[in-house]
Amino acid sequence: MAGALPDVAQHDTFPKLLRYNAEHRASLAAVREKDLGIWQTWNWADFRDAVRKLAGGMKALGLKRGEKVAIVGDNRPRLYFAMSAAQSLGAVPVPVYQDAVADEMRFVLDHAEAAFIVAEDQEQVDKVLSQKEHLPALRTIIYDDSRGMRDYSEPFLHAYDDVVGMGGEGGWDEEVDLGKGSDTAIILYTSGTTGTPKGVVLSYDNLVLCAKIGADFEHLREDEVVLAYLPMAWVGDNVLSYCQAHLVGFSFACPESPETVPHDLRELGPTYFFAPPRVFENLLTQVTIRMEDAAPIKRRLFRFFMNVAERAGADILEGRKVGLADRLLYRIGEFLVYGPLKNVLGLSRLRVGYTAGEAIGPEIFRFFRALGINLKQLYGQTEASVFVTIQTNDDVRADSVGPPAPGVELRITEEGEVLYRSPGVFQEYYKNSEATAETKTGDGWVHTGDAGVIDGDGHLRIIDRAKDVGRLADGTLFAPKYLENKLKFYPNIREAVTFGHERDFVTAMINIDMEAVGNWAERRNIPYSSYQELAARPEVLDIVEGHVSEFNESLADDPQFAGSQIRRFIVLHKMLDADDGELTRTQKVRRRFIFERYAPAIDALYGGEGNIVLETPVTFEDGRSGTITGDLAIRDARVSEAGGERTAA
Amino acid sequence: MTRPGDILLSVKDISLRFGGVRALTDVSFDIHEGEIFAIIGPNGAGKSSMLNCINGFYHPQEGTITFKGAQRRQMRPHEAAAQGISRTFQNIALFKGMTTLENVMTGRMLKMRASLAEQALYIGRGRREEIEHREKVEEVIDFLEIQSIRKTPVGRLPYGLQKRVELARALAAEPELLLLDEPMAGMNVEEKEDMCRFVLSTNHELGTTIALIEHDMGVVMDLSDRVVVLDYGKKLAEGTPDEVRGNQDVIDAYLGVSHD
Repeated sequence: MAGALPDVAQHDTFPKLLRYNAEHRASLAAVREKDLGIWQTWNWADFRDAVRKLAGGMKALGLKRGEKVAIVGDNRPRLYFAMSAAQSLGAVPVPVYQDAVADEMRFVLDHAEAAFIVAEDQEQVDKVLSQKEHLPALRTIIYDDSRGMRDYSEPFLHAYDDVVGMGGEGGWDEEVDLGKGSDTAIILYTSGTTGTPKGVVLSYDNLVLCAKIGADFEHLREDEVVLAYLPMAWVGDNVLSYCQAHLVGFSFACPESPETVPHDLRELGPTYFFAPPRVFENLLTQVTIRMEDAAPIKRRLFRFFMNVAERAGADILEGRKVGLADRLLYRIGEFLVYGPLKNVLGLSRLRVGYTAGEAIGPEIFRFFRALGINLKQLYGQTEASVFVTIQTNDDVRADSVGPPAPGVELRITEEGEVLYRSPGVFQEYYKNSEATAETKTGDGWVHTGDAGVIDGDGHLRIIDRAKDVGRLADGTLFAPKYLENKLKFYPNIREAVTFGHERDFVTAMINIDMEAVGNWAERRNIPYSSYQELAARPEVLDIVEGHVSEFNESLADDPQFAGSQIRRFIVLHKMLDADDGELTRTQKVRRRFIFERYAPAIDALYGGEGNIVLETPVTFEDGRSGTITGDLAIRDARVSEAGGERTAA
Repeated sequence: MTRPGDILLSVKDISLRFGGVRALTDVSFDIHEGEIFAIIGPNGAGKSSMLNCINGFYHPQEGTITFKGAQRRQMRPHEAAAQGISRTFQNIALFKGMTTLENVMTGRMLKMRASLAEQALYIGRGRREEIEHREKVEEVIDFLEIQSIRKTPVGRLPYGLQKRVELARALAAEPELLLLDEPMAGMNVEEKEDMCRFVLSTNHELGTTIALIEHDMGVVMDLSDRVVVLDYGKKLAEGTPDEVRGNQDVIDAYLGVSHD
C-alpha cells in the first residue's frame, strides 16, 4: 500500500506536488467535506482542476507574484483550494484566525499588506469591510458562501463561483514551474500571547522537508485519514493536513461545522490525529460521567478492565514483555470494553495521535495509552514548521516530550532555555527584523522562550517559560511552574505558588481543593463551615504535608530537581482568585502580584516562625470588598535524599 | 416601508365566537407577498385565535379568508398546509422522543406519495421519495445551522434550539406563508438574536411571506414590514411599525387609560 514518496528535489513546492498527485494518484481521495449530511469527496485530479480554475480567475482579477492572499474562515475545501491557487501563482497565502474580532484581524491584514482576501461567508466579509478603510493594500475580496450576500454591491466583492469562471485554465503549468523551493510558501501569524502577533515566514523548503521528516518518522501512508478541524492559521493544521497530504497523498476531511466535530470524528475514524490536551481531557471527562451513569455491572466491568489496561496496556502497545494472564485479560478487555469505547470516541483506527501545546495530565495521557491508543507528545513551534521533538512509538513517557525529531539539533543555554536548529527553521518574522534577530541567531539556532532539561536518555522535558525560571542561592535551577503543576496533580491540591529564587530552599503556598477535601472531610465527620475553616483543620494540614513529602520523594530521584524540594509550606486561608487580582482570567498565577501581597507570609516561611497571622483583602461576589484574617500554621515537610534516605528538615 | 407585493392572504370581516365569548370581531387585513407581517396586542386580544383561523384550526362564524385568490370559509389544517401555509406553535409541539432529523422529516409528510408498503420496505417510490425528501430536509438543516443536533432526540435539546427545530419543520414543508406564534417567547437575548437572523434570512433568501405574533416590541419593530394591532378581538390599528408606535389607541391599549 505504501507508495514511494515523490522526489522532493524535483517537486519542491506544493503546487508541483499537487500536479504530481493529479497525475500519479489521480483517483485517490484528496479532500472530503460533509455537506448536506453526506461526505463529498474530491480526488487529487478534482483538487488540481478546482485550483487551476480558481487560479485562472484570481489571475484575471490581477493577482501578482509575491502579493499576499489572506484566507479567513473555518476549514473548508474551497479555502484550501484558495491557498493552493495563491501558491501556484507565486502569491503568498496568509491564513487568519477565523474567530478573531475585526480589530484583531485588521492588524494582521494590514501588516501582511493583503491584496486579496478569500473569506468564508458573510460574517467574515462584514468584518473585513468594517476595516476596509484601514487596509490600503486590499483590492479584492472573494467569498465562498453567498448566503446573505445578495445586497452587497461593492465592485471589489466577488463570489467564488464567479471567480472560477473568469479566467481560462491555460497557463497554470507555466506559473507552477516558476515556483521554487526557496520561495515563501506561507506566512503564519503567531497568536501572540505577548505583544502584537508576528508573521512567521516559512519557505517551501521548510515545509516540504518537515512534512517529509514527519511522514518518514511515522511511516505515513496514502490511506491515512485526517480530520482538518484546527484553525487553518495554525501551523499544525497546515503541516499535518495540507502539507503532508500533498506529500504522502492521503486525504484530509473538513468537518460539517465546528459543533459537529465529535460526530465527524466518529464517522471518519481518523488514523492520524492531532489535538491539544484539553480535547483529550474533555473526552476522558465524558467517559467518566457516562460510566457513572451506567448500570452497576457495566461499571464493575469497566473498572476491572481499566485496571488490567493500566497494568498492561502501555507495555503491550510499546511491545514490551507482558505476562500471559494479563495478555489474555487484555484481549478480553479489548473485546468487551476498550474496542467499543475507542469506537465511540472515534479513535479505533488511530495509528498516530499527537498532543502538544501544553502539559497534559499524566493520568489523562496514561488512560489513552492504556486503551491501546498510540497517543504521543510532541514539542513544536510555528518557527520550526512544527516538529522539534517527537516521541518514538516504543518509548513514550508522560513527563517528557521525547527526543529531537530527525534533523533537529537541541541545546540548552546556561539560563536553561531550549534552543533548536532544524531544516524547518523559519526565514524571518515578516517586516520585523528586530524580533527576528532576537529569536534567531546568525548560525540558525532559534530561542524557544521555554526552559527545559534534557534527561539522560536524550528526552526533552519542558518545565516552564524561560522568563519565570530562577535559581536557588546555591545556583540550582528553580522552575516554579514545573513544581506547581506537579503538586496540582494531587486532586486535593487546587493551586500552589512556590518561592525559591535567590533563596536557600523552596517554600510553597497551597490552596486545597474544596470539593475533593470537602468530600473527604464529610466522610470522616470532620465539621467545617467554610473554606477558611476547612483549610485550617490539622487533619487537612496532615494530608497536605503527606502530599508534599511524597512530592519531595519523587523529586529526590531527579538530579535536576532534587534541590527544589519544598521544605516549608502554608495552606492559605482563602482561595487565590481572579477577582482579587491574584490569578489571571485564564486562571494563571500572577506571580509578581502575589510576591507583593503575600510578602509577610513569604518572610515567615523563610523565618523560623511556627505560624503567621495574615490579613488579606478580598472582593466578594457582589462587588463589595473586605479583608479576611487567618492564623496560619507553617508546616515543615519531610525532605528526601536521592536513593530513598530521608532526613528531617 | 411597505413592499408592493401582490396580496397573498386577505382576511375580511372575520368574527369568531366561543359560545358567548367574542374572540374576534370584524377583523380585516391583507398580507402581501414577501413581507413580514406582525400581529400584536395585549394578552387575550385574539392573536392566536387569528392565526388559528388562518391555518384552518378554528372556523370563524362570519367573514372570509382569501389565500392565493381562493376564497374560503372553512378549511382543515392539513388542507391549509397542503396549500402552502405552515406554522409553529406558542408551546413547542414537537415529537420529543424523536430526533431533530425525524421531526423535520415530518414536515415533508404531506408531500409523500408512496404507499405504506413501499415506504416500509424502502422500495420503488418509497426509496426515491425518501432520498429526495431527505435532501430537502438537509438543506433546511444547513440553512438553520442545526447540523450538530441532527441525531439528538428533541426532548434533550435546550428550549431555544427546540424552537429552531420547530421552525425547521415548518420550513421543510416549503410554505408560501409561514405563521410563527411567539417565536421568541422565553428566549434569552442571544437566542432571540439568532432567531431574528433566521426569520430574516427565511424572508430574504427563501422569499417566504411571514406572519408572526410576538410580545417583544423591539423584535417586532425591527423585523416587521407591517403591523396589525388587536385588542379585545377588534382591530385597533394597522400600518408600518412607526405608524403603529405613534397611534394613541395603541398606546392606550398597552399602557391603559385612566377613566376619570
